[in-house]
Amino acid sequence: MKKQIPAMVVALSILAVWQFIAMGMDAAYILPSPIQIVQKIWECKKVLLTVHLPATAVITGIGLLISVVLGLALAILMDSNAMIERGLYPVIIASQTIPTTAIAPLFVLWFGYSIWSKVLVTVLITFFPVVIAVFDGFKATKREMEELLLTYGATKRDIFIRLKIPTALPAFFSAIKMAIPLSLIGAAIGEWLGAQEGLGYYSKRMMTQLDGAGVFAPVVILSLLAMVSVMCISFIENKVINWRREL
Amino acid sequence: MLEFQNVTFRYPEDKEPILENLSFQVKDGDFASIIGSSGCGKSTIFRLINGLEKPQQGQILVNGEPIEKQRRYTAFMPQKDLLFPWCTIEKNLTLPMELQKIPKEEQKKQCTAVLEQIGMTEYRNKYPRELSGGMKQRVAFARTLLAGGSLLLLDEPFSALDFLTRVEMQEWILEQWSYWNKTILFITHDVEEAIFLSNIIFTIQECPFSTMKAVNVPLQYPRNREDLRKSDITQLKETLIRQLRKKEML
Repeated sequence: MKKQIPAMVVALSILAVWQFIAMGMDAAYILPSPIQIVQKIWECKKVLLTVHLPATAVITGIGLLISVVLGLALAILMDSNAMIERGLYPVIIASQTIPTTAIAPLFVLWFGYSIWSKVLVTVLITFFPVVIAVFDGFKATKREMEELLLTYGATKRDIFIRLKIPTALPAFFSAIKMAIPLSLIGAAIGEWLGAQEGLGYYSKRMMTQLDGAGVFAPVVILSLLAMVSVMCISFIENKVINWRREL
Repeated sequence: MLEFQNVTFRYPEDKEPILENLSFQVKDGDFASIIGSSGCGKSTIFRLINGLEKPQQGQILVNGEPIEKQRRYTAFMPQKDLLFPWCTIEKNLTLPMELQKIPKEEQKKQCTAVLEQIGMTEYRNKYPRELSGGMKQRVAFARTLLAGGSLLLLDEPFSALDFLTRVEMQEWILEQWSYWNKTILFITHDVEEAIFLSNIIFTIQECPFSTMKAVNVPLQYPRNREDLRKSDITQLKETLIRQLRKKEML
């Protein structure tokens, strides 16, 4: 708990400054105060938490799952063969130069207002850190350890399972922690561009009504969701890889 | 008996071979040390014996047969312990046997026997991070034993340890060598360590090298540190240092 004090002090200071400025401006449609945002969340808690949050969570979950599977598959493929690495790596990098907000309307054209247009936006944003971090994790395998296993008669498969996977685990967890906020951003962008429910959709709707607190309320929920998810992953990470410093 | 017959080896990125027509023998049951300065190819000899590299010329024989035909003849212990931090000590020890598809019961039995012999039974379920440097090297040596070879290749295994632990480990390794009745080929930079441990010392005097000068150590086992003060041993030490210096001056 003591470790969290500096972060809490910084957060509270920012909120206090924000509250002070918002009260000074007195224009909630432009800059609502933190108290107004909390009040809005409380007023709309039912619709936000039972309708829009689950909708966004489903898109985020599916998008994240696909991104992790795709990212892992690409990382394994690139690690298995240098030719594949040389072929795929530039394409993966190029995929991140595409402006997502520009291409996302195309996804709406392709998949309509179903969740898949939003999932695709999420995947496009999220798979990149997974593939790059896990691939780098595989590359971090110590050559001496690999050679030691070879002297024991290990096959390529043995080396992958017994050495490369454990070595890449810290990178994998870091990738997941990066991917969670990105997948939420992806889902929200997708919902902004075309949806009938979801926190992104709610935020956009509130903007058209010039309800500043209503725009911020789903953003706060998205942030809280990301923080809680990352904390859960960190907890699992600490349980699973308590040997990180030894690498 | 391990025999190098006119072995020549060159790394693909090098213009010159690092070993040229190298021939030497290590008899069964020997504790043989190789001393020489860094970059001279000492570890390359181990890589060739391990099968990690193939000689361009010549052959490596074990009891007259090419080494490629031998199954699990050697076991290698590198300079760093290279214990897998995500595995318990027991898992680290049984790893070579798992890879050799040895039945689980047998793995457990052998692991227990080795842990008892090295006096680390109570550390079975600990992780490497919970062990001191010397203990880690003991476990690494035990893992090398369990890899099943009759020739143990030890590549500067104590170089990273502090002085006292190193001295302790030298005495310990002699006990283990005598108990397990293995042949040991040991790489070191330390002349005194080579003398204390070995019955035969090979010195590398040129780079690239084709011959290694073999010197027998006139000491009986079991040994103690007092032996190192004997006049013929101090003389041997000086001779070996002179030989190594000659290489540096070349």
